[in-house]
Amino acid sequence: MQGNVAGGRGRPQDKFELRAWFFMRISGVILAVLAIGHLFIMHVFNSIENIDYQFVVERWKTPFWRTYDFVMLVLAMMHGTNGIRVLIGDYVRSPGKKLFALSSLYTLSFIILALGAIILFTFKAVG
Amino acid sequence: MYKGGTGQWAYFLHRLSGAAIFLYLLIHIVDTALLGWGPKYFNYMMQLYTHPLFKLGEIGLFAAVLFHALNGLRICIFDFWVGATRYHSQIFWGAMVLFSVIFLPVFYIMIQRVHF
Repeated sequence: MQGNVAGGRGRPQDKFELRAWFFMRISGVILAVLAIGHLFIMHVFNSIENIDYQFVVERWKTPFWRTYDFVMLVLAMMHGTNGIRVLIGDYVRSPGKKLFALSSLYTLSFIILALGAIILFTFKAVG
Repeated sequence: MYKGGTGQWAYFLHRLSGAAIFLYLLIHIVDTALLGWGPKYFNYMMQLYTHPLFKLGEIGLFAAVLFHALNGLRICIFDFWVGATRYHSQIFWGAMVLFSVIFLPVFYIMIQRVHF
């Protein structure tokens, strides 16, 4: 695969890899906005000093922030999982280890994504 | 395959920051999921995050995400605009200047919350 001068992976030939390549770029641009926005809001304008249960209760009262967090959750998990898949493809040579690494990755990613989505959709304030 | 120099460093740092962010993301989703069990566990977890080592890690996280985002956007420029190769070094240093302009004030704000 031909890399480019920027150190990015060149556009692949394979159909699946080409789709994954486009996905990484499109989700990456969206995540650059969503994740950096999230960091500014939660880690710069607010901080761990004032973020607690009640803070999230107020935040998730608005469908806007639940949607924001949901889009970010799905895109970040898919972008990250595909990124690690590429790293495993590049650095794990043995087919047995590769199969193990990929199946562990997909299982873990699925569980964590499902956990995050369930909490986002079912969360109701108590107390 | 690579022209060496800045591109190669950016390539390595992109993979390293990406893997680190993904690892943090997994932990972060689990700690957020504690919300489902009421205030007790979530607030306890947030209390743990006030430790100065976590606060330093938080600054590192900001730097990693910002670098990964800006470098990723830089890669997209070269992927979708063939003529960009001529401005390779300007675009690289432009991204690094943008990184500094955003990161320095953020660092200044965040470092003041770290008390050992």
